[in-house]
Amino acid sequence: MNLNKLFKAMLVVVPVMALGACSTTSESETDASGSTSGSTTTTTGGEYGSGGVETGGAAPILTPEEQQRVEQEELRAQNIIYFDFDRSEVQSENAAIIQAHGNYLVEHPNVRVLIEGHADERGTPEYNIALGERRAKAIAKYLQGMGVQASQMSVVSYGEEKPLDFSRSESGFAKNRRGVLVY
Amino acid sequence: MKILAKWLTILVLLTSTSANAALDIVITEGVDAARPIAVMPFVWKGTDAAPQQISDVVTSDLARSGTFSPLDARSLPQANISTVKEFNATGWEQTASDALLVGSITPYGTNQYLVSFDLIDLVKAQLQTGQGPTPASDLLLESRETVISEAQFRQYGHRISDIVYEKLTGIRGAFLSRVAYVVVKQGEKSPYHLMISDYDGYNEQMLLRSPEPLMSPAWSPDGRRLAYVSFENRRAEIFVQDIYTQERVKVSSHQGINGAPSFSPDGKKLAVTLSKDGQPEIYIIDIATKALKRVTNHYAIDTEASWTPDGESLIFTSERGGRPQIYQVKLSTGKISRVTFEGEWNLGGTITPDGRSMIFVNRTNGKYNIARMDLKTRFMEVLTSTQLDESPSIAPNGTMVIYGTTYRGKQVLAAVSMDGRFKARLPAGQGEVKSPAWSPFL
Repeated sequence: MNLNKLFKAMLVVVPVMALGACSTTSESETDASGSTSGSTTTTTGGEYGSGGVETGGAAPILTPEEQQRVEQEELRAQNIIYFDFDRSEVQSENAAIIQAHGNYLVEHPNVRVLIEGHADERGTPEYNIALGERRAKAIAKYLQGMGVQASQMSVVSYGEEKPLDFSRSESGFAKNRRGVLVY
Repeated sequence: MKILAKWLTILVLLTSTSANAALDIVITEGVDAARPIAVMPFVWKGTDAAPQQISDVVTSDLARSGTFSPLDARSLPQANISTVKEFNATGWEQTASDALLVGSITPYGTNQYLVSFDLIDLVKAQLQTGQGPTPASDLLLESRETVISEAQFRQYGHRISDIVYEKLTGIRGAFLSRVAYVVVKQGEKSPYHLMISDYDGYNEQMLLRSPEPLMSPAWSPDGRRLAYVSFENRRAEIFVQDIYTQERVKVSSHQGINGAPSFSPDGKKLAVTLSKDGQPEIYIIDIATKALKRVTNHYAIDTEASWTPDGESLIFTSERGGRPQIYQVKLSTGKISRVTFEGEWNLGGTITPDGRSMIFVNRTNGKYNIARMDLKTRFMEVLTSTQLDESPSIAPNGTMVIYGTTYRGKQVLAAVSMDGRFKARLPAGQGEVKSPAWSPFL
């Protein structure tokens, strides 16, 4: 439960960090173009400073690695991977999300993840437990292929027992056929 | 008009008796095909207020069986009789019923009652009215009397239903049986409830409540224990619980799936699905020793095993042919043969108690319905037309199937007779109801 809260907090923190990163980047770009905005800021700061001293500073410039990390954090904020009906292959459009989680887990070998597998409500509950496990294992296999240790991952299938959407419509079924990465 | 009248009769009879049932019943099809039967309210021989009416239980049972359609007691030519001696065949010629049940309830000491009943052969009575009076004993199909306590009224009502049903059909009645099922009440702290009730929804008892899913209840052959799957430890584990002592034993907690338990006919073993070795495979657990025996070995999904009545084979669902179909494995040789070929998917199979048919979930044109297949002729018949049908469970006498379905966006239980003619919905008060399991004879 605490882990869950931590994760939710991360969901909020990550986009905020990303926003911060964007604005600093643009500011440094304007500075570089030699506009007057920088000196204006300095003057404003100077009026409230003591002893008439004026300070200047530059916004940090993100290295390509740092920018990539921000992007990865944004991707990791997504923790649901959807599947096609009766299928358990990871779709290419979901690969980026799983890769972001994989990179993070490789960099943090002490972090463990629980991979939940779910199915829609069609078919029998028993068959859907098997299908849900196959989906969760497909994600685990993908992560393992990236170098995530087996000991970092555990898998549980809830089959059709924990639907996200109770409408029992095609769109509802699509939302329920999922894998979920829980830290 | 005649059909409507019957409908109303059934509705009146059922609404008057089902006030305390956890699972109500709405018969949706098949009343017209049922045989009319006359049940007269049992005559109360006491002086103070009458206790509950035992014949209401019988009337409700017979209507629920799908085989009988009880006539409105007020339309019967005689009223207020309790023995065959008071029966007068004249006047009954026009009554479209094969039999008449009459009886009485007499106070018999503190909280004890003498219940007696006579089952009268109306066919014989009607045939012989032209040939002068028949000795009353010749018309008796059955006659019994028993002393019961007030707490035993419903139970003894079911007992009478069993006797009447068997006398008139030659098939053992299954009115003294229970149903286990899972109720999910979303929004509650512990939404998942494992429940049992009498087969008609009365005497509902909670066996377990959990914040995490509960699945797949399965009865032991003596009707005393239930095996089920619980996710209470954030993983699937199989437990066996005694329904009287509440004692629970964890019997399987391997890595991965621990699912789909099914008791062997001798009650000593459980067929289960485990994925500890990679893919979901069928295993047999010796409950006492926990010894495991692997039954299947295939890279595709193998799951939901059930025993053939002789205990020599298992029926299971496998995806080894590309799509889920039903297979049979002979336990002595390990030989596997495919059972279903028709339709897109076939899964969740159980063999009927007589060993002649199989009940399962069939998918045709993307629709999931309960189907029956004759094992000799391979003729398959889809029995239901409800939505998203699953988890069929057969009554111990093989006449009815209870299953999980969806009605108006909610999971509910429903029942269908083995020939598909009688159909009923079993609406529950609150929450979603699923995974029904019909008990053995009790």
